[in-house]
Amino acid sequence: MGWSEGRRILRTGPPRLRRCQSAHCNPSRSGARALWYGGVGGGGPLARAYKENPLKLELRGITKRFGDVVANDHIDLTVEPGEIHALLGENGAGKTTLMNVLYGLLQPDEGEILINGVPRTCNSPREAIAAGIGMVHQHFMLVPVFTVAENVMLGDERIRSRLPFLGFLDRRRARQDVLKVSADYGLEVDPDAIVEDLPVGLQQRVEIIKALRRQADLLILDEPTAVLTPQETDELLAVMRSLKADGKSIVFISHKLREVRAIADRITVIRHGRVIGTTGPETSEDELAAMMVGRAVRLRVEKKPATPGDVVLDIRDLRVVDDRGHRVVDGVNLQVRAGEVLGIAGVQGNGQTELVEAVMGLRPVVSGVISLEGQNLIGRTTKQILRAGVGYVPEDRSHDGVVRDFSVAENLVLDLYDRKPFASGLALRPQEIATSARKRIAEFDVRTSSPDTPVGTLSGGNQQKVIVAREMSRPLKLFVASQPTRGVDVGSTEFIHARIVAERDQGTAVLLVSSELDEVLALADRVAVMYRGKVLDIVTPDAPREHIGLLMAGVTGAAGPDGEAATTPTTATEHTDAAARETDSDEPGDESGGEDTP
Amino acid sequence: MTTENHGTSPVGRTEGAHTALQTRPSPQPAIEEVAESTTARGFWTRSHRAGTLFAVLGIAAAVGFGALAPSDQDARFRLSESADGFTIPIPAAAGAIAFGVLCAVAGVLLFTGVTRRFFGWSVGVALTSLLLSFLCWQVAGETMAVVTVAQTTLLLSLPLILGSLSGVLCERAGVINIAIEGQFLAGACAGALVGTLASNLWVGLAASALAGLFIAWLLAIFAIRYLVDQVVLGVVLNVFALGLTGFLFSRLMQPEQQTYNNPGTFKEVSIPLLSDIPFLGPVLFEASMFLYIALALVVIIQIGLFHTRWGLRVRAVGEHPTAADTVGIRVNRVRYLNVLYGGLVAGIGGAFFTLGRVGPFQENMTDGKGFIALAALIFGRWSPTGALAAALLFGFAEQLQIYLSAIGSEIPSEILAMAPYLATLLAVAGLIGKVRAPAADGQPYVNR
Ligand SMILES: Nc1ncnc2c1ncn2[C@@H]1O[C@H](COP(=O)(O)OP(=O)(O)OP(=O)(O)O)[C@@H](O)[C@H]1O
Ligand SMILES: [Mg+2]
Repeated sequence: MGWSEGRRILRTGPPRLRRCQSAHCNPSRSGARALWYGGVGGGGPLARAYKENPLKLELRGITKRFGDVVANDHIDLTVEPGEIHALLGENGAGKTTLMNVLYGLLQPDEGEILINGVPRTCNSPREAIAAGIGMVHQHFMLVPVFTVAENVMLGDERIRSRLPFLGFLDRRRARQDVLKVSADYGLEVDPDAIVEDLPVGLQQRVEIIKALRRQADLLILDEPTAVLTPQETDELLAVMRSLKADGKSIVFISHKLREVRAIADRITVIRHGRVIGTTGPETSEDELAAMMVGRAVRLRVEKKPATPGDVVLDIRDLRVVDDRGHRVVDGVNLQVRAGEVLGIAGVQGNGQTELVEAVMGLRPVVSGVISLEGQNLIGRTTKQILRAGVGYVPEDRSHDGVVRDFSVAENLVLDLYDRKPFASGLALRPQEIATSARKRIAEFDVRTSSPDTPVGTLSGGNQQKVIVAREMSRPLKLFVASQPTRGVDVGSTEFIHARIVAERDQGTAVLLVSSELDEVLALADRVAVMYRGKVLDIVTPDAPREHIGLLMAGVTGAAGPDGEAATTPTTATEHTDAAARETDSDEPGDESGGEDTP
Repeated sequence: MTTENHGTSPVGRTEGAHTALQTRPSPQPAIEEVAESTTARGFWTRSHRAGTLFAVLGIAAAVGFGALAPSDQDARFRLSESADGFTIPIPAAAGAIAFGVLCAVAGVLLFTGVTRRFFGWSVGVALTSLLLSFLCWQVAGETMAVVTVAQTTLLLSLPLILGSLSGVLCERAGVINIAIEGQFLAGACAGALVGTLASNLWVGLAASALAGLFIAWLLAIFAIRYLVDQVVLGVVLNVFALGLTGFLFSRLMQPEQQTYNNPGTFKEVSIPLLSDIPFLGPVLFEASMFLYIALALVVIIQIGLFHTRWGLRVRAVGEHPTAADTVGIRVNRVRYLNVLYGGLVAGIGGAFFTLGRVGPFQENMTDGKGFIALAALIFGRWSPTGALAAALLFGFAEQLQIYLSAIGSEIPSEILAMAPYLATLLAVAGLIGKVRAPAADGQPYVNR
């Protein structure tokens, strides 16, 4: 790469926008289509002849019950062709359920689905796909042991043209497909990586690439931005606009009100499985939040200045390598004091994940020191570290955070199950476990039908709340939180933020990692900016946002580590502004960079 | 495979994709320094574990077998079929030591990672040398007819190969098949009965396959449609097959053997020219037809599973059925079909017991081979070629046991009989690499 190339792209707009413009010059678009589908032998279920096919979707009176939980209660929803329709709602409101019904993964108990005015059954995703519906799932639908390319082609495989009836896979073209979507939409990922080795942010990209390659007429995006960085989110919003310009409809689910307002044509709010109302993007964030939660929500974190005490977590000259042996944490020095929140800002993939894993004993350390109140943590097991008074909210909740088949109550005591009062000798004490579970479910507002419900059936945000509740209800010295509010609705985010501040005020040291700069700036007392495995600087949260944005892009003042970047400060500002933008832009529809470039 | 754009290093990747993304910090920090992989994965990597194991075993063999073997005798290995043919004499003690050392060397190479790219081969060399070291001790003063040993090994392995292939087909799609034993029995019995009635071995073979298919069909219906626990179901089907074939045998086939239980056997098929190759010819190209079927199936299923659309979908269904469903794959249909294919293969495996070897059916003549096929499936890590290797190892162990007791070895044959299963346990315990079943193995898929 080079900065000249970067500047050119900034001037002319990202390639996907150009692609979309050229598509308008050529209304048939058969050229672009042929590139993707040309010569698919045999043809999977998805090999439909392409036609410009505006799709109008109507859901009428959809009801879905799980036992006595009514997840969807007579929901009506209309999505016009070429419309971006946002669904808003608290955790557990029933958004994912509704979309799974639409996609054929769940069967509705009542109601009908009309596509272009014709009622049709969607008994399986197969039928939904045939009807032109595509979906990005909140809980990724990726085969962990397959490569990215294999996952992307699954169900609509690339077949070698020789002896097509034998169905030999054409991995070369499958790989090219991935690279092409990557390039078109700015979603870079290695097509040969095994999915389970990828961090969640990249898995999210794979899930999006998979859906984009199918070229559905109606695309459902269920919280696609929960783990994306602000830049990736911007890219995705731009992708959505270009799809819309092609006449496709999109259903977009997100808890981030700003992006919803920026992209949506109409917004439907669901609460407790019922439609509360449909509004436009001009509705303010406060109003939307109030519609969702049913009360006014304070979107800003209130906190007193910190009163830091002694150093609790001490990290010195830490070096850590990733699974491929690349050094991803490279000489990090960090101290977190009692009663302060240290936030780590940075574009995802700059070593934050590995840093946290090293602290939690989940990843071997190459060299350096990690100590908790003077006691060495390196070489200790994660269990020992947790027992030493560390709370941990992992980044990948479904993988590391909960046991899906265990009940909510069991998940709430996963860390303390063998301790008093939950166990006596070898026996568990279900009574105690249930009582404490009920208390925490109420306190953290976990929406579940009972403490005995398996966690796997909870909505995504509620699973997250179970983890946070578990980790925050024992005495802590250090609280390590990776993306603590991932996929959590505004009301609960408010609550979790307040709890983190309360924890700090009790004298706990808090290490917070979040891909959302907003969250870091709102909660942290000091912000460490990580770039390529190094901490470039530690600043206060009221430092100018451009400054933090520059640091996140690896530019440190006049003499940056990246000589090239430092010599072209204007360009650097332009492009790193994207990092800080998410919080800057308040007007809907603003996607073209920050308002004020100095 | 292409050469472009799929380097695993971040360099290759960033060069490959010219995207707008490159104008901002790469999300994968391109720190090129590659640290030693040992620090990344802890000390006990696969190479380290296997290397240590073979180094220790090799030294133990060199010392132990070397000391036990008489130094004044030769162990003779005869490579030709005729009694006076080409024979390799190896001084017993020296040979035991030399092969032990060779095993240790292979272990050390494995440990250092020099041979990382040839992991399987290195393990093979180490295992073979270990075995030869042992044989130098045991065969001292005797002659081992290698051709006969190899031929019998293949015969003993054959049902294991076919059985574990049946397991591969089912379990890769996510259905546990404990009923291989039952499918064997049904296949063996039906082959003998129908083959005799029709006076045609091929009709018998077809009947075997259909009998295996019938058991598999029961498995599929109850496991996939009625969600019965698959392990329990498999055990029940085995008992069912044992009872049914036992009934037929005692009421029909035993009393009137000439009319109901005298099918004869398939002749060995000798492939022209190839069967004249010394050593390999008599072993591989003058063998039972079932051997050719089994080897062909290994190749077909291996390629099918890992290089075709069918295989990709089967594996997706076995690993993450919901994901497969969301891309339009009919999960339960794939499972049904695969279980049925598995039944056909195991049924043919059953036919080998009667039509391939002895002819008449005997009560419970499969003698637990179906379960050993399951072990081979696991040892072979759910892959056809792995299962083949494991089946050959198990078959060889059995043959060795027969051979050693024939030459009056002092080692109790029970110990030898245990050895391969001990190896399986070690393999399952993760000594040699990661053994991982398909993630959704045994879990029914329901769409609500
Ligand atoms: N398979 C299931 N079995 C039982 N209950 C379920 C199941 N799936 C969802 N539910 C329940 O249905 C309700 C709606 O869940 P859903 O996942 O649709 O919420 P959501 O709006 O997507 O929330 P989030 O924003 O947290 O993702 C929740 O109360 C959840 O517990
Ligand atoms: Mg959801």
